[in-house]
Amino acid sequence: MAAAGSSRLGALMYSKELISKKRDEFEDILEERRQSSDLRYAMKCYSPVIYKGLSACKPSAIKYSVLQSEQVQYVIKQLSKEMGESTDIIQEEAIEILDEMGHNLHIGAIRFFAFSLSKIFKRLFQRVCVNEEGIQKLQQAIQEHPVVLLPSHRSYIDFLMLSYLLYTYDLALPVIAAGIDFLGMKIVGELLRRSGAFFMRRTFSGNRLYWAVFAEYVKTMLRNGYAPIEFFLEGTRSRTAKTLTPKFGLLSIVMEPFFKREVFDTYLVPISISYERILEESLYAYELLGVPKPKESTSGLLKARKILSDNFGSIHVYFGQPVSLRTLASGRIDRCPYRLVPRHLPQRLSEDIQEFVTDVAYKMELLQVENMVLSPWVLIASVLLQNLPAIDFELLVEKTLWLKGLTQAFGGFLEWPDNLCANKAVTSSLALHSNIVSLVNGQVVLNNVRMENGATEELVFKQALSILMCGAYRNQLLNVFVRPSLVAVALQMTQSFRKEEIYSCFIFLRDILSDEFIFFPGIALKDFEEGCFLLTKCDVIQVTPQEILVTERGNSVAVFLAALFRPFMKGYQIISRYLSKETKEAFTEKQFILGIRNFAFQLLQTGSTQCYEVLSSDLQKNALAAFVRLDVVKKMKTTNGFTYTVNKEALNKTAEMFDFRIPIKKLVTARL
Amino acid sequence: MIWATALEEGCHPTLLLNYCMQEILKWNGWGYNDSKFIFNKKGQAEFTGKRYRLSGMVLPVLKEWMEKTLGASLEHKITSRAFLNTSDVPPSIVNEEFLQDLRATKISYSQEAEDRVFRAHGHCLHEIFVLREGMFKRIPDIVVWPGCHDDVVKIVELACKHNLCIIPFGGGTSVSSALECPADERRTIVSLDTSQMNRILWVDEKNLTAHIEAGIVGQDLERQLGESGYCTGHEPDSMEFSSLGGWVATRASGMKKNSYGNIEDLVVHIKMVTPRGVIEKSCQVPRMSTGPDIHHFIMGSEGTLGVVTEVTIKIRPIPEYKKYGSVVFPNFERGVACLREIAKQRCAPASVRLVDNAQFQFGHALKPQVASIFTSFLDGLKKFYITKFKGFDPNELCVATLLFEGDREKVLQHEKQVYDIAAKFRGLAAGEDNGQRGYMLTFVIAYLRDLGLDYYVIGESFETSVPWDRVIDLCRNVKERIVRECKEKGVQFAPLSTCRVTQTYDAGACVYFYFAFNYRGISDPVHVYEQIERAAREEILANGGSLSHHHGVGKLRKQWMKESISDVGLGMLKSVKEYVDPNNIFGNRNLL
Repeated sequence: MAAAGSSRLGALMYSKELISKKRDEFEDILEERRQSSDLRYAMKCYSPVIYKGLSACKPSAIKYSVLQSEQVQYVIKQLSKEMGESTDIIQEEAIEILDEMGHNLHIGAIRFFAFSLSKIFKRLFQRVCVNEEGIQKLQQAIQEHPVVLLPSHRSYIDFLMLSYLLYTYDLALPVIAAGIDFLGMKIVGELLRRSGAFFMRRTFSGNRLYWAVFAEYVKTMLRNGYAPIEFFLEGTRSRTAKTLTPKFGLLSIVMEPFFKREVFDTYLVPISISYERILEESLYAYELLGVPKPKESTSGLLKARKILSDNFGSIHVYFGQPVSLRTLASGRIDRCPYRLVPRHLPQRLSEDIQEFVTDVAYKMELLQVENMVLSPWVLIASVLLQNLPAIDFELLVEKTLWLKGLTQAFGGFLEWPDNLCANKAVTSSLALHSNIVSLVNGQVVLNNVRMENGATEELVFKQALSILMCGAYRNQLLNVFVRPSLVAVALQMTQSFRKEEIYSCFIFLRDILSDEFIFFPGIALKDFEEGCFLLTKCDVIQVTPQEILVTERGNSVAVFLAALFRPFMKGYQIISRYLSKETKEAFTEKQFILGIRNFAFQLLQTGSTQCYEVLSSDLQKNALAAFVRLDVVKKMKTTNGFTYTVNKEALNKTAEMFDFRIPIKKLVTARL
Repeated sequence: MIWATALEEGCHPTLLLNYCMQEILKWNGWGYNDSKFIFNKKGQAEFTGKRYRLSGMVLPVLKEWMEKTLGASLEHKITSRAFLNTSDVPPSIVNEEFLQDLRATKISYSQEAEDRVFRAHGHCLHEIFVLREGMFKRIPDIVVWPGCHDDVVKIVELACKHNLCIIPFGGGTSVSSALECPADERRTIVSLDTSQMNRILWVDEKNLTAHIEAGIVGQDLERQLGESGYCTGHEPDSMEFSSLGGWVATRASGMKKNSYGNIEDLVVHIKMVTPRGVIEKSCQVPRMSTGPDIHHFIMGSEGTLGVVTEVTIKIRPIPEYKKYGSVVFPNFERGVACLREIAKQRCAPASVRLVDNAQFQFGHALKPQVASIFTSFLDGLKKFYITKFKGFDPNELCVATLLFEGDREKVLQHEKQVYDIAAKFRGLAAGEDNGQRGYMLTFVIAYLRDLGLDYYVIGESFETSVPWDRVIDLCRNVKERIVRECKEKGVQFAPLSTCRVTQTYDAGACVYFYFAFNYRGISDPVHVYEQIERAAREEILANGGSLSHHHGVGKLRKQWMKESISDVGLGMLKSVKEYVDPNNIFGNRNLL
């Protein structure tokens, strides 16, 4: 067996116990809102606890100190030297950036939000559940050290909800690094700004002044302990409900004050926000299918008003245990390169630190994943997608219950309505998602899905829409299942008992899917062992020093687990086929997406595949990135963006891995 | 005993006094036998003796401070054994041939247990703890008292001949485990006590230098020079007991370095006896360009290369006027900013120190009983003015203490300049008395540790140097690290974790930490203490501070030498050692 390259793990290993995870109880905050006056609530006395080392100051004072900071002044002088402009002009530019960016916390705006969000949330959601223990820990953390809130990102509701919750629990409102496209929403943008959001341009890698001002702004607020900083590690809303691979820019900025020892410690708080029904669900599906997303505008939001009459079920917000950055760093980043240069000079992060930032980002995302709440609907969607176009209601209930047991055994965080029998729980889930599924004559069907050959393009599109929407819910389950499932897929693909062979196939799968799912870098063996452990625990396999054997009883589980990931396997397979057949010359990502879309549409129309999910632009982009990583596709920078060329030889090799080894044969079971 | 030999040699009269040193000093704690903190019958703290300004005074608030800050209680007392049990002491193993040779040189020596134990340690916490309730594994086998440079040459020759290990001993005030005997040293360990080499050999008034034997202790040096109207101005906190040779060997720094410089600025010429022979320069000049300065191999060598026997040092006329002062700042940040500005304008007084709030309160705990109602009324008024009228938070404010020296007019002018700068940082002049008490504190603080030890409180100080822009961050982080480590190690009471900026330079400052905690409920307090101290040092290094500003490395901080001076740097030092002392005669194993 390959020696584990596990020196970098240190304290960053999965800290979770695989067997029993203790999680806090939830409390529904809307319950109280439904019983007392929203106005009084909005006007309540609001006096949050503050950081012990806080030097109180106004937003304008922060802006001033950012502008005057050595860091920003240094860059201004540098730019002035290089461009021959006077420092005054560049300084003006910096002020503009600051004004565009700067937040402006205003209690009036907060109260307005508190009032109107109460109204809106009560309309939209049945329950908003929060783990109050997590809130208490956060309250403690805020007083001790600067705090960074790291929520998952599934909806625009995320940051509104978080601020709303913090207000409800009398905690300091966070300043939020939000994308600048919000600024288009005039009134809302300003209101957001006044309730503590600040704005960053989505891309500013080339703009040194912007970067300097932005970074210094964030760090100043962090050092002062002015308020918790909030941003999304995923960078954008996940359209597929899978956790997106982390972005490192902002994270490294908020970690820097600790690296430079400007603060003693920094707390990172992973927050998992799970929606029973995502507000933007159909919007996302359209986007994934390549229908451009509407630009955020206030009128757009008003049009969205009609959703107010709809029911979006429950939200669960889980505040994770605050993680001390100092503890994470101890033994790894004890000495910093910053000792030998003035701390205000812009410096490229050393490799050690970059690696550490990466590890922390993954660790925090894994913590988010761990505390994501799974609703019954997630199980139903998973079962349904394996039984298209329709499944008998009773069978669905039975299979859902079976999956519930498996999910719990795998450590999934399931919120099953405990006062309801399974029948009712499933029925109410189906009702909540009636836009996706219907109950017809005792058969549960996915709307618009017929699974016939020779469909029109429009029909394919409609079917894809339903499947992608449904898939987004199944995807929530995949984070919990990915390790044991990939073992099952590997068993299926290799058709072998030999542990070594299965492991190397697992590595291949883990590698190719590492943009789809969150794997902690560099611990393939550990992931493999976790997958095997869970499967062994459920009696699906037996592991001996040399071999892995599927038990008789476990076969159906293994088949289900493998089928759960078949859309990805199939999707990547189709894409590799497209690349080998259809591409002759260099292409851009845009051309690639268009090409593969046409290619897939044809396949679907002729009925030569049923893999609708290959139409998802998310899957397409991830696949392209994976092929680049595997050197199957070469990425080159040109004057206007990137182009790609295919290395046919390497592609054939990889395609072999897919093509000839995914027969849906029965698994080889152990004769026991 | 040894007395007779020494007197026969007909040395300087103060010699007798110096032999007595050991007799008038505590064997198991700091300083003079007659000076210590006690709780009197009324339960009030008192400082005994007559030697210090604080001596004989009652300190009414100290008890409360100890209870409140450290959780100490008078009911929980733990006393040191009163006498050394000589039967515990490792036997003296010295071969007869060496003893014969030694006797032939007529250099005085001793193999008595008390003499050997007295020179087996410095003043690190663990060393004092061992004295109070344990015994060292290894101590010197014999103590020798050379009377002059030539005696030292003879001893070193004998040591080479018989393959012995020499550990030079000056004032015994080391706080780096430098005097500890390596436990696995098999050879006879000779403690070379320089205390009898304590004469001022000549004073050169034209060049303002004095040539002095290295064993002289600070207070004697200043007193004797003072008789002819001169001083060196070198005043480390340990100057009552530490020796000139020790200063050179550790790269010492004095409180008034702003006026007089540190030891490396003061020294003009050094004579050192090594196993290779005597090293010295050929002339007594202010500066020379003859390759790397060999003095810099000697200064900071910590007894690993040889024994410093004679030093030519700069002297200055005693300043005619001396004035203390103090400034209150609303918080530590302002105070540091002010010190930085003073350093920038290069107008630092002879000494300027900034103590943090905890240390300011500590200083208050050492305030003697006030003589009259009027004084206490005045104190109340001052407090009211600062906290209420000026809005200083009593739990945030901090104090800078100042010492000006020079001719009267210039001092007053200088004083005004400094107070004007302070005002820009919201600093308020807070009187001479506060300043003077601040400096007194440094001399008695070491005595206070012994009091703490009687009540389950252990403590220590350590220091570092750091660039100006990191002073605040380093102070905050190190203090917080100490608090956190104490908590993690199961210390029941919040520790005292406090610092002061004690020296200012163009490019940075020297920071001094005090750290103490109540160890009731902990089975191995010294081990816990050492873990915390190590963590604090790690924190200092992580914050861009140095391994040491003036205490030295000894054996206590050896583990960080390589990262401090790089592999090549360490190799350079090792190769010097290899050449000068190939057989490791000077085998205290400090530094490298």
